[in-house]
Amino acid sequence: MEQPVGAAQAPAAIEAPLASSMSSRNWSEPLAFVIMVAVLAVAPLYIYPMFLMQALCFALFACAFNLLIGYGGLLSFGHALYFGWASYLAAHSAKVWGFPPELAILTGTLTGAGFGIIAGSLAIRRQGIYFAMITLALAQMMFFFALQMKFTGGEDGIQGVPRGKLFGIIDLADQGNMYVTVVMIFLAGFLLIHRIIHSPFGEVLKAIRENEPRAISLGYKTDRYKLLAFVLSATLAGLAGSTKAIVLQIASLTDVDWPMSGEVVLMALVGGLGTVFGPVVGAFVIVAMQNYLAQVGQWVTVIQGVIFVLCVLLFRRGVIGELAAYLRIRL
Amino acid sequence: MFEIFGIPSAALFGQLLIGLINGSFYALLSLGLAVIFGMLNVINFAHCAQYMMGAFAAFLLLNLTGLGYWTALIVAPILVGIFGIIIERSLLQWLYKLDHLYGLLLTFGLVLIIEGIARNYYGSAGLPYTVPESLQGGRNLGFMFLPNYRAWVIAASLGVCLATWFVIERTKLGSYLRAATENPTLVRAFGINVPLMITLTYGFGVALAAFAGVMAAPIYNVSPQMGSSLIIVVFAVVVIGGMGSILGAIVTGFGLGIIEGLTKVFFPEASNTVIFVIMAIVLLVRPAGLFGRRA
Repeated sequence: MEQPVGAAQAPAAIEAPLASSMSSRNWSEPLAFVIMVAVLAVAPLYIYPMFLMQALCFALFACAFNLLIGYGGLLSFGHALYFGWASYLAAHSAKVWGFPPELAILTGTLTGAGFGIIAGSLAIRRQGIYFAMITLALAQMMFFFALQMKFTGGEDGIQGVPRGKLFGIIDLADQGNMYVTVVMIFLAGFLLIHRIIHSPFGEVLKAIRENEPRAISLGYKTDRYKLLAFVLSATLAGLAGSTKAIVLQIASLTDVDWPMSGEVVLMALVGGLGTVFGPVVGAFVIVAMQNYLAQVGQWVTVIQGVIFVLCVLLFRRGVIGELAAYLRIRL
Repeated sequence: MFEIFGIPSAALFGQLLIGLINGSFYALLSLGLAVIFGMLNVINFAHCAQYMMGAFAAFLLLNLTGLGYWTALIVAPILVGIFGIIIERSLLQWLYKLDHLYGLLLTFGLVLIIEGIARNYYGSAGLPYTVPESLQGGRNLGFMFLPNYRAWVIAASLGVCLATWFVIERTKLGSYLRAATENPTLVRAFGINVPLMITLTYGFGVALAAFAGVMAAPIYNVSPQMGSSLIIVVFAVVVIGGMGSILGAIVTGFGLGIIEGLTKVFFPEASNTVIFVIMAIVLLVRPAGLFGRRA
């Protein structure tokens, strides 16, 4: 084993799953997408819909997070800020201002975008490890605001958020309607992220991840690309958080606290950083683990920690990343 | 009794003292983080867990073996330091060639494991640890009351910080360390055992965290989550000061502690967030940090 190298050597980027030269025979992603939609269509017959909806919200959250680290190489350790504050604003606007669910979700999503612009423009001023620490610190600051402000309800959170009627006609109190709505929101977010990754913008983002000085020398204003990626990620995290507030009818301190930021990292890591489907699988694995292992209490945290350590040491590509590498396809 | 800006002097100096105490811990912890990052290129998220382990070690030494504070102050850092060395040899050493982010993720996983185990056995409530007999009581300085233990904490952490600075910046061992930080391959070519230095550096950094933990035990309660809220503030301190300079870490740590204490007097609502606000301002004005070099 070679011993460590100093700051002189450029650190290796997050391990990218596969080269983009494979794109010529890219049938695997559409196929996987069809399978995913089919599974989501059948799943409520076999699995408790509440669990599915919760997992889908976290899946969207993890996909949004993955957009930043997997394609931009930027590790945000404070994504709970956008998720949690969006969830507060969506819950507050639905409950106190009487917004219909679509407007409440929009309010929350815009909250995520707004915080993304502010936090992002501060955080991109530093690279690598500092970026992670800055995002974490800013998220902690907003956690304290959430703790102190009146409208968030402090330790109690905002409870009993009405689901309301979507567009004035579809009653979301019906579990089936709610499920279809959540699936639609998730798929829309998922496809948007897919579109972003495969756009020229996404290609530049990957170039910045691989070698930022070179991207700069090619004339790209990398800060703008990084900021836009950050804002997009925060906005989609906001969408996930707002949807969660409507589905679970609650917004609480758990959603803005730092363990939530760690959880979304874990979801993306378990599924596979920089894979399209990885965060979805990771989110389902982690949410399922929390639900089914709830009776062992604090050991859930310990198990999560062990998974973190094992993933970093042995499976840096995650479940989907390993699968894609084994089958030599893109996922 | 007299007043300053309409604030009774006792309240003002009392908060300043608390600020200095917090500053001592910020300085000790950010110093450890900086030393570890310099050699290992790893941001040691587990620093908070190791700080907590120091406090728990002191608590357990007292309650299981009857060994008091002064013994714990020596023994706990050694025990936790050995634990750190085991972690470095078994886990961290495989990450040095990878992106820095993996080090952060792995040590974050360690935090979840260590805190989870501690919470499982001791719950979330704090456990009391009494001030050692020789440091009980305090003295009246005329303008305020100074508890002996608090004076000791400030003096001891300042002493340890300056000793660390002296070793790294002014001794031969420290020059090896600084050289190995700059160019480990070349230093190895001179026949210096760099891997051993890296292991011992991590052990030392972890021991510093545990030392801070033992000193914190009588002030804050000993609890599993005592470190995790602290570490995020320490991260902000590190962003403000930059990790390039040892003295910078010490000055920033104490300085921010004092500012936080003063905020508690004049604008209590902001006392939790003031350090983060300062971080944001520093990022706008001096993106590289107060003592940082532009990478």
